[in-house]
Amino acid sequence: MSDRKLTIGEKLSQGPGVRSLVITGARIVASAVSVATATETADARVADVVIVDGVVTDLTASEAPSDAQVIDADGLILLPGFVDLHTHLREPGREDAETICSGSRAAAVGGYTAILAMANTTPVTDTAEAAERILDLGRACGLVDVQPIGAVTHDLAGGQLAELGLMHRSRARVNVFSDDGRCVADARVMRRALEYIRSFGGVVSQHSQDPALAGPNACCHEGELSGRLGLPGWPAVAESVIIARDVQLARHTGSRVHVAHVSTAEGVDVIRWAKAQGIAVTAEVTPHHLALTTERLAAYDPVFKVNPPLRPIEDVQAVRSALADGTIDAVATDHAPHARHDKEHAFEDAAFGMLGLETALSVVASVMVEGGLFGWSDLARVMSSAPAGIAGLADHGRPIVPGEPANLVLVDPAAAITVDRSSSQSLSRNNPWHGEQFRAAVHTTILRGRVTAAEGAPAAC
Amino acid sequence: MPREDSPGEGRVVLSDADIARVLKRIAHEILEANKGASDLVLLGIPSRGVLLAQRLAAIIAEVEGTAVPTGALDITMYRDDLRKQPTRTPMPTSIPGGTVDARVVVLVDDVLYSGRTVRAALDALGDYGRPRAVRLAVLVDRGHRELPIRADHVGKNLPTSHSEKVRVRLLGHDDHESVTIAGGEP
Amino acid sequence: MSDSTASATATMPRHLLSIADLDADLIRTLLDTATQMQDVQRREVKKIPTLRGRTVINLFFEDSTRTRSSFEIAGKWMSADTINITGKGSSTSKGESLRDTVMTIDAMGVDALVMRHSASGAAHQVAGWVDAHVINAGDGTHEHPTQALLDAYTMEQRIGGLAGKHVVIVGDLTHSRVFRSNVLSLRMLGADVTVVAPVTLMPSGIRAWSEADGFALSNDLDLILTGDRGVDALMMLRVQKERMSGGYFPTAREYTVGYGLTRPRLQRLVADHPKVVICHPGPMNRGLEISADAADAAQSLILDQVAAGVAVRMSVLYHLLAGAEGGAA
Repeated sequence: MSDRKLTIGEKLSQGPGVRSLVITGARIVASAVSVATATETADARVADVVIVDGVVTDLTASEAPSDAQVIDADGLILLPGFVDLHTHLREPGREDAETICSGSRAAAVGGYTAILAMANTTPVTDTAEAAERILDLGRACGLVDVQPIGAVTHDLAGGQLAELGLMHRSRARVNVFSDDGRCVADARVMRRALEYIRSFGGVVSQHSQDPALAGPNACCHEGELSGRLGLPGWPAVAESVIIARDVQLARHTGSRVHVAHVSTAEGVDVIRWAKAQGIAVTAEVTPHHLALTTERLAAYDPVFKVNPPLRPIEDVQAVRSALADGTIDAVATDHAPHARHDKEHAFEDAAFGMLGLETALSVVASVMVEGGLFGWSDLARVMSSAPAGIAGLADHGRPIVPGEPANLVLVDPAAAITVDRSSSQSLSRNNPWHGEQFRAAVHTTILRGRVTAAEGAPAAC
Repeated sequence: MPREDSPGEGRVVLSDADIARVLKRIAHEILEANKGASDLVLLGIPSRGVLLAQRLAAIIAEVEGTAVPTGALDITMYRDDLRKQPTRTPMPTSIPGGTVDARVVVLVDDVLYSGRTVRAALDALGDYGRPRAVRLAVLVDRGHRELPIRADHVGKNLPTSHSEKVRVRLLGHDDHESVTIAGGEP
Repeated sequence: MSDSTASATATMPRHLLSIADLDADLIRTLLDTATQMQDVQRREVKKIPTLRGRTVINLFFEDSTRTRSSFEIAGKWMSADTINITGKGSSTSKGESLRDTVMTIDAMGVDALVMRHSASGAAHQVAGWVDAHVINAGDGTHEHPTQALLDAYTMEQRIGGLAGKHVVIVGDLTHSRVFRSNVLSLRMLGADVTVVAPVTLMPSGIRAWSEADGFALSNDLDLILTGDRGVDALMMLRVQKERMSGGYFPTAREYTVGYGLTRPRLQRLVADHPKVVICHPGPMNRGLEISADAADAAQSLILDQVAAGVAVRMSVLYHLLAGAEGGAA
């Protein structure tokens, strides 16, 4: 970790009495900066931010309450807290792989202040009660806002619609629906779902995988390597045909569709076309599809088995460009924890998915910022404001201005970390980044004025 | 021990003429012990033992006017020190007539040392049948037996130390013929 | 021992997972050794003590009488204790993991795991977990290295060294581990290789692959069989009838007409190339990819392949297990 001096001090005890927080000397790169002591420097604004009762104020540091915690953020970058549109928490059902609490800890350490919990738990989140239970468990933990995603179809079976309206009207206010893990393959069901949720402004996050072109065993990008390795191929066209169908359905229904984990150049092309037509489509890309290529599969290590599969460099470059130019709106982790024994099967038999919450910032900063494809304000857009907007989370992804909720993250752009899977907050260890080195890392995460994680350690929940 | 000028070559203990002479003697000994050439089979242990067996057979044919069946018995798969070194590709085994049953087998090797090769050869031979008798002919016996094995026909008894290297060169395998001894006490 | 016998030492890999683990010299060593092992096969006493006290587990997650019994005989003739274990084809997250299964067996102190699995790469994964030597006896649609070795061995016995020979492989390339291993070994041994299949039965990306590895592609069997290049060996791959339901080809009849070694095709082939040899890794679908006439023709090596299988597997077991540990550098 960084050798920078961090003066959190004893005050950062997170006792219930502590209600104010002072962040001194942070670089603020978000577009709207209007804090009392903001000073322009050559490359960014450096400001002190005073937070009282969970809200950003216009106080100066010297005006802050005397019992305020102080974070010396010299050299750190202050961004709005990250929002993950795509997190798999395994509770209920597979609490050995992840719980809402362990996933919340991982999210906090990763700089997230809100995560959307995918519906493919056991039982599936396809009722209001199931959604409220996840909401409540998330609140009980309190390290991150856990917003449930509702299933599109009952039990993810792809037939009968889940209780979309009841989930929306519940305390959980479900706005995003997804059968992720499976594609809503039946065009008629997809059409009805889009029509049904239009009335309350919902969105379907689609796992775009034509099951006829890429069946359940498909696990390697279809190409030369899948041919050589003898692994069932997952062709790019299985993604793009569903995206093409869905954007036409979105146009037809006037509803919103969100493309989960787009991974191919062909998929990007369709999204770019649809956006040019004014179709209400948004898209996300995962950190691993931004950074890792198919070649990782050459040793048959199931840690690199993910759905959609890792793609060749041409696709990786296409999704990077699309993220930079706004065709892809957001980065979403598809954090998919799995117990060791579910990964230690033959490659074709092992579970799909990899961890992502704790490493997302480092990966995205490495590929996109250090790679010169965009700046920190763009990173704030794709990891915070855009996903918050897609999910309809009013308190997240906000500008850092007085009166806004203090959901923030401090990033150390020169932390120089080496990822160690054994130090993960997740209960699982399917970490594809183990041993990788990154420059940037999350330093401190703040949810409504409370430090939820600092230097890799989560606060108590 | 005398020191050699070129340790790689070593001191010559048998010249090509010496080798020819001792092979002639061994051939006669074999015939004498067997009271003729009947039922004799010469099996050389690869690789130089096979050459020696062929040479002995040629001499016997000259002397007796009968061709003595000659073959090769590879012992690689029967060695007791396989695990001590990387695997070697085995050499061909050829048993004339396909069996050694009721034959008098003369095993032929170039150097008799620990006796372990001969032990392996006896084991291998047992898998090809039941000879009436087995004899052993070697060009050089350098001592240091580790098993109760002795040769019936010896070209030259050569006292050595463990640290010395005995090297046999034969035409058909090498560019000249000699038996040399090299190295010695450090 | 006779200290005058110097002999070349091969550096075999610790495991045999893929033909890519070998090179031309190592293949040569394995095939030369197999020649000597066939001698054991022809003896009255089919037993050598080479692997006495060693334990070889045939761990088959997928049925295969032929390969399993071939390895079993090879191990037994070399005096190894061979034990067959049929693994469950576990693919559920509820079942015992592959790692747990093999670690349990490995913990008993076995020397080699001969492994057959329906999933590509399974042997590769297992080799990373266990202390035992792992021999891939077929992993999904990936590789079957001992089959490729016995194919090369059998062809060489009949038509001599494979350098410069033209070997044509026909059939379901997509699902064939025999093709994948053979194309590697045949190229290492210097053969020219042409693979023939309908486009739907060619693996994805095979064009780039063939260019990188130097073999030719065709969709027209007759064009290849009557071509100027001639044919020295023809390897017919099994085509599973269930592929039809996957849309890989329309009907068995259409496949046979296009890609089967039918009687008329055989007659013309033998007339043009009397010394041609015909291989099939088995089990055959007589009447689909190979006619009965072809399977039983004088040019057919199919039973020789089976016989060679034992010798080749003895050779592999010998070179992987018999030598010094760590001798593989």
